Amino acid sequence: MVRLPSFRSCCIVSLLIGVVLLVACNSSSPQSTFDAAGPVAREQLRLFWVIFWAAMIVFALVMAVLIYSMIRFRRRSVDDLPKQVHGNTALEVVWTVVPIILLIGIGIMTVRTLFALDTPPSSDPLRVEVWAHQWWFEAAYPDYSITTANEIYIPVDRDVSVKLQSTDVLHSFWVPKLAGKTDVVPGRVNKQWFRAEEEGVFYGQCAEFCGTAHALMKFRVIAVSEPEFNLWLDQQRLPVMAPTDLAATGASVFNAKGCIVCHSVGGPDSNEIRESRNAAFFAGQMVSHGPNLTHFGSRDVFAGAILEVNEENLKNWLKDPEGLKPGNRMSSLAGAFNDPALELTKSDIDALVAYLLSLE
Amino acid sequence: MVTTTKGMWGGVIAKRPIAPTGVLGWLFTIDHKRIGILYGVTAFILFLLGGIEALLIRLQLTSANADIISPELYNQLFTMHGTTMIFMVIMPMSAAFFNFIVPLMIGARDVAFPRLNAFSYWTFLFGAILMNVSFLAGGAPAVGWFAYSPLTSIQFSLGSGVDFWILGLLVLGVASLAAGFNFIVTIVNMRAPGMSMMRLPIFIWMTLVVNFLIILAFPIITVALILLLFDRQFGTTFFEVTSGGDPLLWQHLFWAFGHPEVYILILPAMGIVSEVIPVFSKKPLFGYSTMVLAGILIGFMGWGVWSHHMFTVGLGPTANAAFSLTTMFIAVPTGIKIFNWLGTMWGGSISFTTPMLFAIGFIAMFTIGGMSGVMHAVAPSDFQQSDTYFVVAHIHYVLFGGALFGVFSGIYYWWPKITGKILNEMLGKISFWLFFIGMNLTFFPMHFVGLDGMPRRIYTYSEGMGWDLWNAVSTVGVFVIGLGILVFMQNVWYTRRKGKQAGSDPWDGRTLEWSIPSPPPEYNFVEIPNVDGRDAFWSQKYFEGPDGKPTKIVEENAPIKTHSDDHDIHLPTPSYYPVLVALGVTLIAAGLLSHLFFSVTGGVLTFVSVLGWALEPPTAPADDGDHRAGAY
Repeated sequence: MVRLPSFRSCCIVSLLIGVVLLVACNSSSPQSTFDAAGPVAREQLRLFWVIFWAAMIVFALVMAVLIYSMIRFRRRSVDDLPKQVHGNTALEVVWTVVPIILLIGIGIMTVRTLFALDTPPSSDPLRVEVWAHQWWFEAAYPDYSITTANEIYIPVDRDVSVKLQSTDVLHSFWVPKLAGKTDVVPGRVNKQWFRAEEEGVFYGQCAEFCGTAHALMKFRVIAVSEPEFNLWLDQQRLPVMAPTDLAATGASVFNAKGCIVCHSVGGPDSNEIRESRNAAFFAGQMVSHGPNLTHFGSRDVFAGAILEVNEENLKNWLKDPEGLKPGNRMSSLAGAFNDPALELTKSDIDALVAYLLSLE
Repeated sequence: MVTTTKGMWGGVIAKRPIAPTGVLGWLFTIDHKRIGILYGVTAFILFLLGGIEALLIRLQLTSANADIISPELYNQLFTMHGTTMIFMVIMPMSAAFFNFIVPLMIGARDVAFPRLNAFSYWTFLFGAILMNVSFLAGGAPAVGWFAYSPLTSIQFSLGSGVDFWILGLLVLGVASLAAGFNFIVTIVNMRAPGMSMMRLPIFIWMTLVVNFLIILAFPIITVALILLLFDRQFGTTFFEVTSGGDPLLWQHLFWAFGHPEVYILILPAMGIVSEVIPVFSKKPLFGYSTMVLAGILIGFMGWGVWSHHMFTVGLGPTANAAFSLTTMFIAVPTGIKIFNWLGTMWGGSISFTTPMLFAIGFIAMFTIGGMSGVMHAVAPSDFQQSDTYFVVAHIHYVLFGGALFGVFSGIYYWWPKITGKILNEMLGKISFWLFFIGMNLTFFPMHFVGLDGMPRRIYTYSEGMGWDLWNAVSTVGVFVIGLGILVFMQNVWYTRRKGKQAGSDPWDGRTLEWSIPSPPPEYNFVEIPNVDGRDAFWSQKYFEGPDGKPTKIVEENAPIKTHSDDHDIHLPTPSYYPVLVALGVTLIAAGLLSHLFFSVTGGVLTFVSVLGWALEPPTAPADDGDHRAGAY
């Protein structure tokens, strides 16, 4: 008498819902998880689709039964008293066992993917050390003596092994198109690996709430061809050129107004530098570890990858860092923004900007 | 006016209130029904507050680079929104139903410890006030409702916001624990004769499971909070990395509490829905025993899944695999519940009253939340979804579409019992559809922006991320929900003035609370009922033939069989002490935030009041305890 909705109609309904969802998700978004550019993100996405469709079918089935019951069994008269059914053991066993079987299948795939993606297949990955700070990411290449910030250059088609450390609170390292996120936990060393299979700029963002400017803690992974990457390495390892003209004035402002206390220029930051600045910060001094500015002029973005490197942005930043990035350490700690004697004049800022842009 | 009498010790400090009326009546009441109403009204006011916080959050996120509120305020708002909705809205809303309904359903005249019950309520109220005072006292906490260390350390959260959060939650925890013990003892000990455990209504079963979860989970958060308090105030280093502490310890402690807490929030709603669906399908609950078992299983399994909140912290593939599997398998008992509700509706005679609409909405929305829950259980896939708006969508499908829909189902269902009048059905249905459309408009698009890479807890985002459209839709949805809340409030107002009288049994109910007048008299039952099966009241009204077809027993409103014990009705006398002890306990906490003078005062007040409470007899000598003609 009563016919359950057929499996086929459930599939059609779930397909329809699925298509609507697909259209709504936007793979052109720069942080879309649907647009995997490497094996790690692709495997994670593949697993997502498996459970997505499984869930769609179960959902469509539940909704079909629910809506069917609502129509078929609606009350037609006040004295309508249905048969008092208390249960059905066979049916209850079925809807306990079927989900268990389904979940065992998903469970097996989950565990296999977890272990398969745990370590990079290559024995010689590019090593990158990432330090997370409130509110920017620092990247060091231990094999090449390079320290940079907010941008991580990598060659395509090579495994990259990232060592994650935090100098303050929890953060999370996440480049959606390359791999799922890994938290950065103070006192621990976490690892992540990924491989970019196409050239491009991949957006990343801190995904663990880390305080006031959490929303403004972004970074970019820039995947380039092997030769281009080698060129970048060479350029980053060149000694800093002696500044001239206005830039030379900027260099002396940089020292005189105390920028140098937190920012290094002229070489990579060692762990000792990082630790001593951090210890001073925890001891309550007006010091914090700031981005290494050697070759700053070669970068595309700064201030947690929220601003493009250009003269105007840099001037605005040095005029009012708090307005552009609320809560940042520079505006709360740096003498230039807290000590009237060290305040930056307009000509100081012009000179500093010239100096920073000269650091190519 | 307060009629008083001299108690023993009580009489020395103050004369005991016998039958106070007006405000004093509410202040000193120990009647479970009045306390239930107090819980409900307070939680609803806090619901409005948490809703306004949500509205401000959504306004800020409507478009890219919006500048409506500052990042500092935004972080305070999302912290307090989560804390408020979880600890001060859904939990006390459930407590309102535990209070009002549990004794009525099990055929009791009150809870086991009426004064402790009053103490729970006042402690909850004062704790909620203490927590929210932080907005005025230099800023609310801005560390998220999960308060991950080390952001909570004095180094990174200088103000007193985090201290307010710690002490507020400690005070609220006292309230929850006291209530937890009270309801366990009530359910185990105060059942009417014949109401064996396997005859308990499912709502009572879920209440029992939830209160066991409360008394086991709250000690964990209490320990964590005290460790954090010591770290901040006395320089200990439990979570301090530089001195060998471990911030992950906080996460383990927090989620060992936090995941059972999720079931503390959802199981009462499941209980309510399990009462509503049978009544409006005119069929008994399908698979009663498996429903009980599934509820207990969810309660048990909830203890073994906490690290699924920590898939990305780097515990390694082995731990992640283990917690993936345990989490997935919670879907089994949860699925059983959903299928059994469908089985109850199947073949029934379904009437679409407002409580039933909310219950059906619960099934649909909770299923969506359950599905995304399984997606989160799959750790590799969760590495992408964790800490994005996809999770925000998930928890709101579970807590708004689930817990809150269940609560509103309960509000519409039991309103006639509580007040004597039926909420207007037309307005009720309008508010349901506004809720339903509004919540889907608000929370469904969050799945999209989450998968498109939008992290949680960001106060702004830039253009070109592809998140603008769906964020704007979400904000529109919040206004639709807000409209639904306004229509509900209008309904309450309208019903108060012009509502239809409900009579004792407006829905043709199945459980004992419908066998007594609406609103119930202070003593609930003139004579304690005698129970001889499940659906104790239904079986008094209908005779079930061998073919399973029920026939109405002819005598209209046949009186329920009662258990005559030839005793007078004894009810405990109202008392000053619960509210005084609650005030004392809160003052101790408030003093730690301001001046130790208040702590000392609070300590003295607590000590004296506890002493008075201990020496006060349950029933004042001059009071015969019989309030049948009382002021209720």
